[in-house]
Formats: sequence, C-alpha cells, structure tokens
Amino acid sequence: MNQSASADIDTSKIASIAKPYKLQFEDAQDSWVLLYPEGMVKLNGPAGEILKRCDGVKNILAIIDELESAFDQKDLQKDVVGFIEIALEKQWIDLTSATSTS
Amino acid sequence: MNTNAITSTSGESQKTDKVGPPLWLLCELTYRCPLHCVFCYNPVNFDSVNNELDTDGWLRVLNESRALGSVQCGFSGGEPLLRDDLEVLVAEAHKLGFYTNLLTSGVGLTESRMSKLKQAGLDHVQLSFQDSTKELNDFLSHTKTFDLKHKVAKIIADHEIPMVLNCVIHRLNIDYIENIIEMAIELGAEALELANTQFYSWAKVNQEHLLPSRDQLERAERITNEYREKYADKLRIIFVVPDYYETRPKKCMNGWGNVFLTISPDGTALPCHTAAMLPGADFPSVAEHSIEEIWYNSEGFNRFRGDSWMKEPCRSCPEKENDLGGCRCQAYMMAGDPAAADPVCDKSSDHHKVQAVVTKAQLPNGQHVSEHPLIFRDAKSSKKLEKENVVF
Ligand code: SF4
Ligand code: SF4
Repeated sequence: MNQSASADIDTSKIASIAKPYKLQFEDAQDSWVLLYPEGMVKLNGPAGEILKRCDGVKNILAIIDELESAFDQKDLQKDVVGFIEIALEKQWIDLTSATSTS
Repeated sequence: MNTNAITSTSGESQKTDKVGPPLWLLCELTYRCPLHCVFCYNPVNFDSVNNELDTDGWLRVLNESRALGSVQCGFSGGEPLLRDDLEVLVAEAHKLGFYTNLLTSGVGLTESRMSKLKQAGLDHVQLSFQDSTKELNDFLSHTKTFDLKHKVAKIIADHEIPMVLNCVIHRLNIDYIENIIEMAIELGAEALELANTQFYSWAKVNQEHLLPSRDQLERAERITNEYREKYADKLRIIFVVPDYYETRPKKCMNGWGNVFLTISPDGTALPCHTAAMLPGADFPSVAEHSIEEIWYNSEGFNRFRGDSWMKEPCRSCPEKENDLGGCRCQAYMMAGDPAAADPVCDKSSDHHKVQAVVTKAQLPNGQHVSEHPLIFRDAKSSKKLEKENVVF
C-alpha cells in the first residue's frame, strides 16, 4: 500500500498549506484560490480539490483515497502525486512526517 | 506597495470585456506620519486632508469590497499605526476572508500592538526601511528610526508573521545595496523588495536628487543578482526597475480600474493612489456612493478602462496589450495630457523629456542638481507646495 509513484514523494507524509499562503474558496471567482502577500493564484478544479485536503492531518495516501471515492475514480495516485510535486516546488505546501504512526 | 506583484495574479478574468472585481483593496487609513521621507508617495498637498473616514466608514468599505470579490486588503498610510482602530479594522477584514497586509514604517509597532494585531488575524507585514546605514537612514527619514526598525523586525519575527522588507532605492542609497540585502537576511525577512523610486508626489519634487545614474543602477543590479544566487533559498529579492531607464512603460496598476481599488483617508476612491492629481471631475467618495457603484459605474473608474480612450501612437500600436499605454499620471505630468502615451515609451513624442532627465542624472554628484535642495515631506512644505500649485 505504501508504494509511491515518484521516487521523491513519500505518500505517508502529511501535507499542509505553507506559510504565507492561505487557501480559500471564492464565490466571486467560483474557484479555490491561494492568497499570498500581494498576490493570488486561481486554482483549477483538480488543484483546488487536492489542496483543500492538505489540512495538516491527512497524509497523501489518505488524500488519494478520499479523492478516489469522492469522484468515484481509480488510479488517481499518479495525478495527485504529480500535482503534489508541483505544489512543493512552488512552495505552496509543506510535507511533514506523521507524529504518531497509526 | 509593489504594484508589479499583482501581475502574478492569475487574473485571466480581464481577458474578456467584462470588468472583473477589485481584487486588491488598499485602505490608506491616514496621511499622518511621524516620518518625513523625501520620496513619500502621499500627495504633496496631504496636509490639507484632515477629514479622515471614521471606523464605521472603513468597516463599510471592507464589507462592500469583500462582497464584490476583493481578496487582498492592504492597510497603509501615512502610518496606519496612528489609527487606534487599526486592530478593529484588521479583525473585520480577517473575519470577512481578506488576506490582510499591513504596510508600515514600524513606528508605533510595540510588542502589545503586534500581539493584538496577530490576534485580530493579520496575515502579513510589509516593513519599510529607508536604508540600512544609520546615518543615511536618519538623514533620509529625518528621524532616528533605524534602531527602532531593528527592534520592530524582531517583534514581527517573534510573532511569526510573514514579513517582507521594502526599501525604496535611489541615488543616495543605491551604492549601499549590499548592506541593505545583508540586513534583510539578518532580520529574517522572507522577501526583500528593492523598489527603485517611482517619480510621483514627493519623489517627483526631489527627482534630480533621487534618480541614480546608469552606472549606479547597473552595479546595483549586478550585486543583487550575485546575492540572489548566493542566498537563493533564504531570501527572495524583488528588484523593481526604474522605468525612466526603459523604453517601454510599465503596465500601470495592471490596468486602470482592473484589479486595484484605493480608498484615500477622506474616503475618495481612486484607481491608484496618485490618480487624484489628474485633471477632470473629482473621483467619487465612499461617503456618497457604494463601492459597487464606484467600481462599475463611476466616470472616474471608467475613464481609462480598456483601450478606447487611447490616442496615437498607442491606439494603433501592436504592443498596446502589453502596457495599455503606461501610466496616466506620468503622461499627465510629462506630456500634459492624461490620455497621451506614457513618455517613458520611445514612441511617445515627449520621450525626449524623460531622456533629458536621464542625461542629467549621468552628471557627477554636485552637478546633477540645479534646482532646490532636498525637500522633506512635512506640513510646512506641503502648504508651500500647495500654494505654488504643484500637482504631482
Ligand atoms: S513614505 Fe515615509 S513619510 Fe511617506 S507615509 Fe511612508 S513612512 Fe511616512
Ligand atoms: S505606443 Fe503606447 S501602447 Fe505602444 S508601447 Fe508605447 S505606450 Fe505602449
């Protein structure tokens, strides 16, 4: 279960929105946006769905599970991990190890 | 405020003819300020503005803008900390879902105010530094503030509020750029904005003193790039180039009435904080109109929206989407017509005026200034300049 699609991303890690970013849904734009000092990134549908689950509690595997059941799809691992890589590179999110192993 | 940064907004919204929401709300809470910067961006006649909006007025501005879709909220001044309702306003903005930014000189940012602001939900602080060397700093801001800024930067860092340092760069401090960068690192800033002076308001009055030479500028850019490489993962450095050394103007405010809404201390709504200088009808006030009416329907906000107002050479220019003809205030100040091409553009028939200023800036120190000595922003000078009808 713990295999990762990418050599770099450990899917047992927990993702959270990094400082100074703030994620929220904007009615006026009908989309999720990332706010940061003096700017904004408007997210497309899938990006918003993934980032809103980066809540500092769930690990990446759990996020994938949740998305697969929410959208009734399988094999989302590759897409999700691919986006996580991008988000990491852009420093939108932080990855941390679980404090307690469960 | 770095008006260029909003370009990174993925605001595809404006590709269509439909006017999008005022994503960026700037609340200039007061023109009062304990400092006297020679490049101050407040209007030269700031002293005549003394009817500041009250707390309820600002709360209404916040609510109405947010309802229209504003996401970023900046509290600036003058010195916004001089408003003792700042915490109330930040708390409301936070509650409404704004990303809240405080643009401050740091004067008055005590430990206790910082923790109240943090509690209120402040997201970010832009701390402005006039310079990193004590002597020059005291000279340029005319008060002893440098030690205080060190202290303030630490208070901000201790409260774990993200901070960007902003330093206005000009002829008198540009040769110390390495000290400024070192200081930003020492203070633990995430980002440093090296903003070359934009020549409006007090900076325009002091232009000859403040415009660096080409050599100075090149050196500063080279050193900045060296630091960027050396500290790539520590400090993000934003270098705002001075448009006088360019041949194409900046896309001012990312387009008139496109994303920016500024509310000045007395409640006048402006497409940018210097637009009040422009001739024509007065801009609308939030005391008389709703933000929605102002943003979508007022003559002031529609005056230079899109490109139908353009004259030649802009009207038929293949590059007009890139810069929308540049800055209306700069066109007015240098070409005498707010609908002209920004004279920074080398297609403008007034471009020679920019070139003349730049040529003069290449003269050695001592010869590059032919007018008055440096004029510090204060009430006395403001009254004098207003009497002389200086409009910048
Ligand atoms: S530029 Fe200087 S004088 Fe002007 S408002 Fe800012 S801190 Fe005060
Ligand atoms: S002519 Fe006008 S539109 Fe064309 S580049 Fe110059 S300022 Fe921009």
